[in-house]
Amino acid sequence: MAHEHKLEIFRGLLKFKSNTQKIWGVLIFLSIVTAIEVGLGIAKPEVLTKNYFLGMKLLNWIFIILTLVKAYYIAWDFMHLRDEKSSLRRAIVWTPIFLVAYLIFILLFEADYIYNVFKDGFLSWDF
Amino acid sequence: MDTTVTTGTEDSVWGGGNRPLGASYGKLMMWFFIVSDALTFSGFLVSYGFSRFKFIETWPIADEVFTHVPFFHGNYPMYYVAFMTFILIMSSVTMVLAVDAGHRMMKNRVILYMFLTIIGGAIFVGSQAWEWATFIKGDYGALETKGGRILQFVNADTGKRAALADFARTLPEERVKHEKSEGIWYQEEGYKTSYSLNEVIQGFRANPNILIRTETINEEGEKTLLTRGESLEKLNDAVMVVEGANLIRNEYGSRLFADFFFFITGFHGFHVFSGVVINVIIFFNIILGTYERRGHYEMVEKVGLYWHFVDLVWVFVFTFFYLV
Repeated sequence: MAHEHKLEIFRGLLKFKSNTQKIWGVLIFLSIVTAIEVGLGIAKPEVLTKNYFLGMKLLNWIFIILTLVKAYYIAWDFMHLRDEKSSLRRAIVWTPIFLVAYLIFILLFEADYIYNVFKDGFLSWDF
Repeated sequence: MDTTVTTGTEDSVWGGGNRPLGASYGKLMMWFFIVSDALTFSGFLVSYGFSRFKFIETWPIADEVFTHVPFFHGNYPMYYVAFMTFILIMSSVTMVLAVDAGHRMMKNRVILYMFLTIIGGAIFVGSQAWEWATFIKGDYGALETKGGRILQFVNADTGKRAALADFARTLPEERVKHEKSEGIWYQEEGYKTSYSLNEVIQGFRANPNILIRTETINEEGEKTLLTRGESLEKLNDAVMVVEGANLIRNEYGSRLFADFFFFITGFHGFHVFSGVVINVIIFFNIILGTYERRGHYEMVEKVGLYWHFVDLVWVFVFTFFYLV
């Protein structure tokens, strides 16, 4: 099992000497991201909770984007997707992304519609 | 006509010699499983999003629900879950180190790293069990209205949540838990609360500094606090006392919140548990030298994929349950 590892992350900005070193580097990065998330979750800065983008708080956008960043590094470096052939990588990554994006779109729209029915329809549920 | 020739099939394209994805059968099957499992979890998380968007104005605020840390008293939102997240990432790291040591055929290192991975997984499952127990036991207690909405109590002087025990009166009334053995067959009460509805209402009327907090989230992103007059008015809607959470009642707010909490973290916890079991099996195989004899440690890599996937799912559960 002579495996070739690609030893650079951040598009070559950071190069590691060995695979072990890369693993620790990714751990440090993931820990920093988690710490930022938790810090923001406790502090909840008003700038981020008062401003909205596409109907969602900026803070929540930041959380979701940081989550996807973390997911990327877990999949690419811990699950070795970086070292797999690009055909395998694309089959694994894009299939769920496409299906889940569709599911999110459809269900959240429907839920928002039901929310409006509960709100504006002649229906009492908060009593 | 070369299809009839059977020599050297290993090398021919249609004879199985072609490996377009450059991955072994076992690894591909593990990826198949992971992708389908990822879709299952996505289904759960998106249906959580569905229910949340449906009740966007009354959904519980996670910071106010998960505020406990073992062995410490007080209000520490998020810290413990952050610790759990870190433990799981850490055990993912030891797993990937085990895979790396496996590639280099260093048996003793694989054993050490696998052991650490198992310990990390066990700590995580234990933490989750504790988290469940705390959630089920409940915090302050609340009242439920006819429409199934939750009324919580706040001390007007301090602005902090008030527990039922802080103000409820103890009245000389008998309340016997209805057991299955008495009266109608197969009917019994789920649990008996520490105060009766009457005791809470009497206590509320006697304490002018207690206010009611409804589920509705105001523009500040906090739960709406009623005035004393509104609170007394609202108290008439209450039909029962709720303490803790289960699949039917939930003192923290919307019942669906508790249902999804049990379902999603439970399903994830089950994955972690089965991951630990699989890791233990592989751990003993490594000690017995199975992979040394086989000539490669690909099995460690395959369970490693599963283990990282469990970590990956937790990253999403953490975001959508605790942060957003």
